[in-house]
Amino acid sequence: MKIFRIFKTIFLLDFVKASIIAIKEIFKSKKTINYPFEKGKISPRFRGEHALRRYPNGEERCIACKLCEAVCPAQAITIESTEREDGSRKTTRYDIDMMKCIYCGLCEESCPVDAIVQGPNFEFSTETREELYYNKQKLLDNGDRWENVLAANIKADNPYR
Amino acid sequence: MLEYFNIIFLETYKILFLLVPVLVSVAMIVWLDRRIWAFVQKRRGPNVVGPFGLLQSLADALKYIFKEIIVPASSNKIIFVLAPIVTMTLALIAWAVIPFSETQVLANINVGILYLFAVSSLGVYGIIMGGWASNSKYPFLGAIRSAAQMVSYEVSIGVIIINVLLCVGSLNLNDIVLAQKKIWFIIPLFPMFVIFFISALAETNRPPFDLPEAEAELVAGYQTEYSGMMYAMFWLGEYANILLMCAMGSILFLGGWLSPVEVFPFNIIPSALWLIFKILFLFFLFALVKAIVPRYRYDQLMKLGWKVFLPLSLIWVVITASYLFYFNLLPVI
Repeated sequence: MKIFRIFKTIFLLDFVKASIIAIKEIFKSKKTINYPFEKGKISPRFRGEHALRRYPNGEERCIACKLCEAVCPAQAITIESTEREDGSRKTTRYDIDMMKCIYCGLCEESCPVDAIVQGPNFEFSTETREELYYNKQKLLDNGDRWENVLAANIKADNPYR
Repeated sequence: MLEYFNIIFLETYKILFLLVPVLVSVAMIVWLDRRIWAFVQKRRGPNVVGPFGLLQSLADALKYIFKEIIVPASSNKIIFVLAPIVTMTLALIAWAVIPFSETQVLANINVGILYLFAVSSLGVYGIIMGGWASNSKYPFLGAIRSAAQMVSYEVSIGVIIINVLLCVGSLNLNDIVLAQKKIWFIIPLFPMFVIFFISALAETNRPPFDLPEAEAELVAGYQTEYSGMMYAMFWLGEYANILLMCAMGSILFLGGWLSPVEVFPFNIIPSALWLIFKILFLFFLFALVKAIVPRYRYDQLMKLGWKVFLPLSLIWVVITASYLFYFNLLPVI
């Protein structure tokens, strides 16, 4: 149908059709969300900012087994531990270099007591590099801050593990 | 002496009264462009700064002002600095002859359309200077492409203007508008309007003819080495040119500041507003085209300009001239 093709080219039929479609699309509902004001749904498995959790009585969960340190492919975790007066092994230092971290979630997988977890928070950008070297206190604070969400997420994800 | 100052003051006042709205509308038109583009693609576009994101362009401009201007060490510094100034100045001085009503025109010169055409042709110098002075490969390639493209499409725009002039018999822009009192030229010269529109897209380096700044191949074309306020001036000049092309299209084909029908609700709207409506309508088409078309290949672009548009518009000149001559409709001067 060469004649039809020439006809189409001369009268810009495809272009007119495309314009009509474009004008129709203008009035359709938007597919993007209004990001800083509304946020998308996040899966319970989302691997965001790290947090160290506590038991309900306030005791740290971490037993300094160093499995996360060993498994970390980016070697972002540094742990030092000592024996406390009551005989339990606890960490004296738990640092994560958030810039080395690749957010693979292996630390969370390896942890036998669900101490180190990755929460739903992904908006923790900072203005300086130093602020992204997380220490134990920062991670525990994160855990306290997000505990409700973290516990709910672990519970929601439990049947699939 | 005092009279002399008075004249200068009055003229400056007039120029500012024209230029400030033009610059503000350029900023608004950038927002509108991004917004229409986003809406066609079902996105939201800039909607945070100010009501509906209207102040987005001002925020961007502020950002550009505070950025460092980097002048490459190997560049030709004088021309490098001059290029964005030339682009922006040329885009702005052309507005002097645009009539907003029968009396509201800064310079009512009798060769208005020629002046407009000349100034918009000069625009290519800013781009060539920018590309050449950067002394770097991407800007250079972008400038070459841009120069070839703009020169080719100016030819067909020139011939299209001849079509309109045949029907008017005057180069004065006000006369061109007044000649459309009976019927807008878009109706008898519709094919020419289409070709003018497409050529205007190519002339202002808009998609689908944005080869000079094809970001996939040439980073940003002739703007690659520019930063800060100099980049913003290129950007302002580009959009002022687009606005100018829309104004030119509405004066040549859509009846300029004339209202479509001389009945009650329409003829009380000020004529300047009609021109603005028409410019906005044409700009809407510009923005729509940006969203729906893929980029042309370079040889296709040249083929379209020289082998399709130029012969077509030349044939149409012959047709128009013969028609006007045969029916004895040629305008008497």
